[in-house]
Parts: sequence; C-alpha cells; structure tokens
Amino acid sequence: MNLVVREALLAFKRAPLLSALSVTTIAFSLFVLGLFGLVAVNLQDALRSVAERVEIVAYLLPGTPIEATAAGLKDIEAFPEVQAASYVSEEEALTRARAELVEFRDVLRELERNPLPASIEVKLKPGFRDADHVTAVAERLRGFGFVDDVRFGRDWVEKLDRLRQLAAAVGIVVGAAFAAVAIIIIGTTIRMAVLQRGREIAIMRLVGATDGFIRRPFLLQGAIKGLLGGLAAVGLSFAAYALIDRYLIQAAFFTREQAAAIVGFGALIGLLGSATSVGRHLKRV
Amino acid sequence: MIKFTNVFKAFPKGGLALKDVSFHIAKGEFAFLTGHSGAGKSTVLKLIYAEERPTAGEVRVSGYNVTQIRPREVPLLRRRLGIVFQDFRLLEDRTAEENVAFALEVTGARRSTIAARVMRVLTQVGLAAKAQAYSRELSGGEQQRVAIARALVNEPTVLLADEPTGNLDDRATRGVVQLLRDINASGTAVAMATHDLDLVRQAPYRVIELQEGALVYDSAVDEPRDQAAAP
Repeated sequence: MNLVVREALLAFKRAPLLSALSVTTIAFSLFVLGLFGLVAVNLQDALRSVAERVEIVAYLLPGTPIEATAAGLKDIEAFPEVQAASYVSEEEALTRARAELVEFRDVLRELERNPLPASIEVKLKPGFRDADHVTAVAERLRGFGFVDDVRFGRDWVEKLDRLRQLAAAVGIVVGAAFAAVAIIIIGTTIRMAVLQRGREIAIMRLVGATDGFIRRPFLLQGAIKGLLGGLAAVGLSFAAYALIDRYLIQAAFFTREQAAAIVGFGALIGLLGSATSVGRHLKRV
Repeated sequence: MIKFTNVFKAFPKGGLALKDVSFHIAKGEFAFLTGHSGAGKSTVLKLIYAEERPTAGEVRVSGYNVTQIRPREVPLLRRRLGIVFQDFRLLEDRTAEENVAFALEVTGARRSTIAARVMRVLTQVGLAAKAQAYSRELSGGEQQRVAIARALVNEPTVLLADEPTGNLDDRATRGVVQLLRDINASGTAVAMATHDLDLVRQAPYRVIELQEGALVYDSAVDEPRDQAAAP
C-alpha cells in the first residue's frame, strides 16, 4: 500500500475516538449548513413557481383584423424576453369567463353581445419575470396600434421582486455565516488532530522526513474526514427532508450536483484545514 | 566532519547560549561533550542537526553549512546523522521494527530492502528478538537501543547522542555506552553529550567541556589535566 495512504489510515486506527469525533463534528456542522440549504432550495422553488404565473395581457381594440393580430403576435414572440404569446379570441374569453366565474354564469349566459375583448397573453422567459422587464415589455406592447390596454398586476410583480431580493440577501448572509461557522469548527477539529500528533511530527523531522512527507498523510486524512462528514451530512439532511416531506409540507431535496457539492465542500474544508494546521505547526517547531 | 568556528548563539530572550565556540570533530572520532546542565551541550547538538542556526560564526556538518542551510536541505542533512535522545523519542504505538523502518521510509528507501536493513541494525543492538514488541512494552535500556538502531539504519557518518544514558540505570548505561563504542569502532563518528563524569573518565575518548556557553577545555587541544572536568 502506498505509504501516504497507509499513514493516513493508520491515524484513524490509532486515534479512533478523536477521528470519530472529528467526522461527527464535521457532519453536524455541514448538516446545519445543509438544513439551511434545504430551506433555500425550497424557497427558490416556491418563488420560481409563483414567478411562472407572471403574465402580461394586452387587450385588443374591437374589430382588429385577424391579419394584423397575427403579424403582431409574431413580432411579440420575437421579443427576446418572451417565452410564449397566445391569442385569445372574444369567444374564448367568454367561454373561459363562464367556466371560471361560476357565480356570474347566469349573467354571462343572458348577454346579448359579448362584452369581452380579444387579447394576447404573453409569458416571459425565466429570468425576465421581474418588475423592470415586465414593465418594459408592457410598454412595448402598448406601442402596437391595435392594443387598447395592457395589464400585468404591477403591485404583485413588485412584491414578488422584493421577496426574491430578500430571499437572496438572507440566503447569502445566513449561508455565509453558517459556512464560516462550519469552516471554523472543522478547522479547529482538524487542528486538534494535528496537535495530538505534534510529538510524532517532531520525531519525523528528526529522522529526516521532509515537510511534504509529513504533510501528505495529514492532507489525505483531513480530506477523508471531510468527505465522510459531508456524506453523513447529506444523509442527515435527507432524513430531515424525508420527515418534513412526509409529515409537514411537500418539499424538494438537493439535486445530485448540490449534494455532491456539500460532500465536496466538506472534503475541501478538511483538506484546507489540515493544510493550514500542519503548515502552521511545521513552521512553529 | 563537524566544524564549529567562533560560534555564538543568542537565546531568544537575550543572553548567550554559546560564546565563541570553536572545535573540530574528525571522521570516525568519539567525542564527549561535557558540562553542567545549561552549559550549552544540547545547543551544540541542535546546531549540528540544524534545529537551531548560529547567531554568529560558522557551523559545518558533513558538507553542509548550517549557518546558511536552506529549510529544504535540513532533512537531507539529518539523514546523514543519527540522533539519540535522553527520552528515546520513539513512536509509542509502533513496534520496534516499525520505529526503525520509519526512519528508512521517510527517506524514500526502496521497500524491498527495508525489512532486511531493519533486522540487521536490530541485531546489531541486540534486539532482534524484540522486533515485534511495541516500544511501551520495552525497558528503558531496550527503548534506547531501538532509538540507536533507528539512528544507525541510515548508515550515518555521525551519531549524535544527547544524554543517552540520562534515564537509564547503571547496567543499561554500560550497555548503551558499549554499544556506542562498538558503533564508533566500525567507523561512525560519535558526539555524545553527558554530565556523567564517571562515564567520561572510564573511556579513553576526547572530551570537550562547556561552561556557561564557553568552551573551557578540549582534550584534543589543551594539556591533559589530572582532574578532568572537575570545576
């Protein structure tokens, strides 16, 4: 077996308790971060599904010729922000109203003339579903000669915007704080493992071990601890998610990439924590 | 081999650990470094294995200039030395064999040769039968023998010993000193720091005596004195 791998694994065998403690500490630090990540992921999902309902409706002047509408529809679909634009005729509008507004069904049935205008419903691409883009597109729609009025629920879109900004700000600040705490705790844990082996490091140096030789098993060991802690954290997060999903609310779990990122983050902190601890230790003695 | 020229070493908090020390230990020589504790014996040894750098003056060891040695070169210097301490400094959770093998592994020695070389030095120090014993299971004298075996396994040109018998009873002390003499007889230079004057008187070797950081007597240079090192 490779010497570096052997030395790294020997450390687990020699100090099983401390190693288990390190892994557990790393696992729980990352678990807290993971829980926060779950909240963020689900909040994002919720906001995204709300944003999907953002829609602009351009009401057409009565008697607009169908050719003009068709040409306009093509123009609108060509807007870079637009995902889809669909024409809703006067009859269709009435049919929908009858289906949706059950309490007015009788009134609507007895109408002599259809009072509802035809319209074009515009859906925007993801990323453009905020107040600025919606307003800009609405303005452009108003420029069409056959458009009578444009509606998009300005208040609602603005509120959604603010909610999104808030979620992002809280996500960054709290996420960074949790990540910092995780880094500090994991760094301290790894440092304890290095200090515990200070005597051994001193002996290694006396018999002519290079710093690189001393460092490598520690780096590998730190990375392994981080990796194990990360895996445990993802496992714990999944258990938490499963419980929430079953008993509280329907929720989403991390994508495979996000889960891999948590494990990778653990391994990385383990590696960097070891590198700085051993580096500092080697410099001092 | 080992050459000190007008070496000064300042303590980090002021004061001098070594004052203008000069001596030369030749290839294959056996030299005692004597003096009270705090006289500077350990500092001399630390300068030899580049744990410390001289504040002024020049220290040359086995082709390296310790005054200017680069950190990268320190391990290479130490591989040419064997170092033995009063407190043995063995890795407690490894066997005698593993402790010795470790000194070879760190140098990148070929794996296939390690076992044979380890057994050879363990036989040389008389511990072949205890190769599988953990160091905590060995007596003080045996632990020091393992440490000496570890120091020898890289075939050093110089063996440094810092109070190697300080923790040992008389019998173990005699055994270790005899072992060091045998090692010296096979061509390895030995520099041994000790404050055990009986030990020094019994052996016909060179004596370098330090007092408060200054070299006060060197039997290779000064007139022999009847009451050697009796301050």
